[in-house]
Amino acid sequence: MSKKEIDDVTGTQTTGHEWDGIKELDTPMPKWWLGLFYLCIVWAIGYWVLYPAWPGITGYTRGLLNHSLRDEVTANVTALKQARAGQEAALGKASLAEIQRNPDLLQFAMAQGRMLFGDNCVPCHGAGGQGAPGYPNLNDDVWLWGGTLADIQHTITVGVRADHANTRQSQMPAFGRDGIIKEQQVDDLAAYVLHLSGRDANPRAVDRAKVLFTENCAACHGPGGKGSREMGAPDLTDNETLYGSSLAAVRDQIWNGHNGVMPSWSGRLTPEEIKALAVYVHNLGGGD
Amino acid sequence: MKHAWLEKNSIVLLIAIILVVAVGGAVEIAPLFWVNGTVEKVSGMRPYTPLELAGRNIYVREGCYVCHSQQIRTLRDEVERYGHYSLAAESMYDHPFQWGSERTGPDLARVGGKYSDEWHRAHLADPRAAVPESIMPPYRFLFSKPLDYRQVRNMLLANRTVGVPYSDEQVAQAKADLEAQADPNADGLEDFQKRYPKAAARDFDGNPALISEGDALIAYMQMLGTLVDFKSYQASAPEHRR
Repeated sequence: MSKKEIDDVTGTQTTGHEWDGIKELDTPMPKWWLGLFYLCIVWAIGYWVLYPAWPGITGYTRGLLNHSLRDEVTANVTALKQARAGQEAALGKASLAEIQRNPDLLQFAMAQGRMLFGDNCVPCHGAGGQGAPGYPNLNDDVWLWGGTLADIQHTITVGVRADHANTRQSQMPAFGRDGIIKEQQVDDLAAYVLHLSGRDANPRAVDRAKVLFTENCAACHGPGGKGSREMGAPDLTDNETLYGSSLAAVRDQIWNGHNGVMPSWSGRLTPEEIKALAVYVHNLGGGD
Repeated sequence: MKHAWLEKNSIVLLIAIILVVAVGGAVEIAPLFWVNGTVEKVSGMRPYTPLELAGRNIYVREGCYVCHSQQIRTLRDEVERYGHYSLAAESMYDHPFQWGSERTGPDLARVGGKYSDEWHRAHLADPRAAVPESIMPPYRFLFSKPLDYRQVRNMLLANRTVGVPYSDEQVAQAKADLEAQADPNADGLEDFQKRYPKAAARDFDGNPALISEGDALIAYMQMLGTLVDFKSYQASAPEHRR
């Protein structure tokens, strides 16, 4: 084993081991590989010196660069906030008319708004704000709680039936499920709601439902069913419905009284972000 | 090097092998002795309620962590999108943690309160009904499958064994607490809220007749990222530097 033995065929040294006449070549590692290997070791030593690396009794070695990922991200976020600060402050003070007049401000609000909308609003209201059953369309001029910039801003801030103290609050009772009125009366009211929006409905049912509507629905939806934005009661005459406009869907809504929830965003977004979002939503096409 | 000597003395070889393997062990075990210094002191963290814990088990069972991370990294774009970067304290009651390693879907570390229960129901039952471009599989069955919580007390005990500070009372009342959280009209609601301050109690799945697996999963998700009080957390304090 101590004797060097060169393999005749390859010209490479063997390990000196032998098993039943079979010998093992001791091919050396390629030079480039060895070079990289030693370089990595040198690199690691440099890293230990410069960056946080070794645990100690009460802490760890901080490294000469005093590097901290948390400091780094805090600095990055602060820099970003400072870059936006001027425009954000201007946006916070400006009225809608001023924003619309000022192309820079509008562009800033729309860019901010589009980004925030994409992450926070799209899951319910859709990528284009087109809505979905139970989630209002934001492109049209039908608003449950008002479509002015201030209204939209307030709705985003406090949410609807959310956990905010001043959240927008309205409660459609489950007239059928909770037994407030009889099943037949729910059917009649459904027909009446169709009739209100100018669609064909069983005239006898509509007749029967007139008093019922005054007693049960008019308090919120108004005597003519025009709704009320102060109370968040939808207009029943415009043929725009949140939970479907078929007779079955309307009946289901009277029976079960679905009440959707929109989260309050005041904890998650800053007032300036909410304003930018409101400008964006207002500009989707339906703002008052 | 002459390693023939090493190879021919089996005791010496054995000791050398143990030394080499011990390096790997030390690297994995040693950090556990410093873990208390790693976990930030925060206010607001509490052990998960029994219903949240049951929901967490469903989260693990269905492999949600395969596509969803629960870790907001210290990168500007992530902080911009998801909120404050995740703290070690926020997973201190997770056994095992759900940091995940891949984001086929979005990060869920702060998904609590971001969307309504109703949205979660619609989205879990049929993800593409809510988000057309989603590739998430549907989990409709969660809402018809009753939650099996016969072992809930043992679930709490198991977590207590690995360090989650459940009180004797919390363990004893686990079943009652689970039922109280899923049913806003339950008798035990006040006691439940005393044991788990600020925990939300409501009918998460919209079906008062059944405590379903959907109830548990939504209760868990609506809590994610909402516990730590960031108003009182000093991110720039020296002890919170990392």
